[in-house]
Amino acid sequence: MSFGPTSALDTRTSVALRDDFLRSAVRFTVDKLRGSKAISTEALGSWEEWRDRGSAIRAHTIANLDHYLEQFSANATARGARVHFASDAEEARRIVVDVVRQRAARRVVKSKSMLSEEIGINEALEETGVDVVETDLGEWIVQLAHETPSHIILPAIHKQRSGIQALFEAEGHEKLSPETKVLAGYARRRLRQKFQQAEVGITGCNFAIAETGSVVLFTNEGNGRMVTTLPDTHIVLMGMERIVPTWSDLEVMANLLPRSATGQKLTTYLNILSGPKGELEVDGAGDVHIIIIDNGRSRLLGDRDFQDVLHCIRCGACLNVCPVYRHIGGHAYGSVYSGPIGAVLTPLLRPTAPAGELANASTLCGACYEACPVKIPLHDMLVQLRRKNVEQGHTAPAEKVAFQVYAAVFSTSWLFQLVGWIARWLQRLFLGNGTRRRWLTRWMGPLRGWTDYRALPPAAPRSLHALWKRRKAPAEGERS
Amino acid sequence: MKVSFFSTCLGDQLYPEVAMSAVRVLERLGCEVDLPAAQVCCGQPALNSGYQDEARTVARRLIETFADAEHVVAPSGSCSGMIRHYFPQLFKHDAGLLREAESFASRVFELSQFLVRVLGIHQLDGSFPHKVTYHPSCHGARLLGIREEPLILLRAIRDLELVPLPKADDCCGFGGTFAIKLASISAAIVDEKVAHISETNAHYVVGTDLGCLMNITGRMQVKGLPVQGVHMAELLDRAMSKGAPA
Repeated sequence: MSFGPTSALDTRTSVALRDDFLRSAVRFTVDKLRGSKAISTEALGSWEEWRDRGSAIRAHTIANLDHYLEQFSANATARGARVHFASDAEEARRIVVDVVRQRAARRVVKSKSMLSEEIGINEALEETGVDVVETDLGEWIVQLAHETPSHIILPAIHKQRSGIQALFEAEGHEKLSPETKVLAGYARRRLRQKFQQAEVGITGCNFAIAETGSVVLFTNEGNGRMVTTLPDTHIVLMGMERIVPTWSDLEVMANLLPRSATGQKLTTYLNILSGPKGELEVDGAGDVHIIIIDNGRSRLLGDRDFQDVLHCIRCGACLNVCPVYRHIGGHAYGSVYSGPIGAVLTPLLRPTAPAGELANASTLCGACYEACPVKIPLHDMLVQLRRKNVEQGHTAPAEKVAFQVYAAVFSTSWLFQLVGWIARWLQRLFLGNGTRRRWLTRWMGPLRGWTDYRALPPAAPRSLHALWKRRKAPAEGERS
Repeated sequence: MKVSFFSTCLGDQLYPEVAMSAVRVLERLGCEVDLPAAQVCCGQPALNSGYQDEARTVARRLIETFADAEHVVAPSGSCSGMIRHYFPQLFKHDAGLLREAESFASRVFELSQFLVRVLGIHQLDGSFPHKVTYHPSCHGARLLGIREEPLILLRAIRDLELVPLPKADDCCGFGGTFAIKLASISAAIVDEKVAHISETNAHYVVGTDLGCLMNITGRMQVKGLPVQGVHMAELLDRAMSKGAPA
């Protein structure tokens, strides 16, 4: 019931719904990912048991997060990494900027990291005059376009080839042709230069293994390996919930994540980095900083309704099955994280902003839960976020009144039957043969959302309860 | 077997013929059906909009109404899902009410689920000489795990040609108040569902939920499509009335 003025979500949604290219690109991509996920999970077998195992590992880890964080931090430090803790985005940015400044670095290369988007690290570094380059192809395209990723795994699914050609031409001041080979070749050439020049590499962290203090990166383009080996300094941005206790737990995740994300049996490049390079090692950074970032996460620990969202391994499977994401894409969510996980995570990480709009952007169909490799009940969380919106007064007063009336009428049978009877009477009076329906539905305000797109069924001549009475007492029924 | 029928608010006011069909089907299969008069609604509209106090008011009345019922059957996977999945969550802070909610939840069944899992129906005496496609509603499938039951029933009917629906598991875009609050997204979703239904060339699209059917048929009407939406209860009722011995 849209009692309020047109909202930001409405505006973004209508832009997305008018963008035919975006919609067909999103549909094409998510269908492909769903298809390959189905094949790869079937090939593995016992997928539901894998999900149970994954869920149990994540639940155990998050329930004992303090312990495992300490263990990870101690082991990473023992291996020569420098471990920092950042309570929020600002502190994380400051630590990164400080490390880059201490190295007197001018050029930074990055591999794909949603957390780096969350804390806005590129802008912070650019402000200090540092050249930051995304080296994941999709992320680089998005960076050149000054946009945000439209999908957690595939950031540039909303971009057309011609747009990418224009971005590359502007970046390199040279004329290119629109073939994939040419464009990819250009990116390869340019990024190769960037890798060689960079003094600092920044990555995210898919998993952090507590028992050895290792950082694990899953990538497909090999850029992650370049970012972590060519520059002498490596900064890891790690969400505090990224921990897995052991290497055997990692094995479960290494089966769940690529299959759920892209339908791959294994990620193309699986990098496990345990501290800076040793004396006899040729490759790797000599200087490793791991920044463990909270930014709203620890607040969810102990929260019965929402703690489980920390189990997320950022695979994006919930986006690929979401009927809402399918039709509006990622940008309409207006946040770094989109899709069902974005609708849940965004307001939880930023509790000052009302969850309202994003929490409403779901049919509560439960496809996200079904797709989730670690079984996060996102559909239930959306229901709880809507409750929080009501409790915090983010909903329209008229809606509150409407639901109070609803509760009174729908908990009192005789009143419900009476209201139904009056509605039928009004329907006969105003609609008669139905010619005035259009006028009536316009006038009905809140129901316009329905009637703008769909026929509204008329109330039946008699309710079931009335029919039931006739059925039980036919003689009496015929008289009425 | 004694069955207490929960018509659901939509079934009572907008689709009483569907509800009556469900009752007739249950009776034909040997059930003794009653319709407790105090029932109204499961409270889902309020829960899904965030008004949990209001949802609890409505839910409590429903629990009281069916306190003595052995089996409660509803022509809706969504309302049954609300009761089975969300009633225990709604009352988790009160041990006494939680017990009642859990007891109620364990006694509630969606119609096709009840017919197949409780009555053990795998064969039916009925005929429905039409091309039919089936849309599995999300809450029935995902909250209650109802996947095979409706198909078992449809396959049991003579002369019924069941054609698979492409992307059948995708939501129809209804989502209760979502269809009104974010109407344009809901319309985009239902458009895709309707397009898939058209592709099948079926005469009927059958479902187990009135809300989803209201959404799908409402959109098909506006688009002037010839496909008829039909609830599982109605389809079974029509098929079985034809199948009755002459």
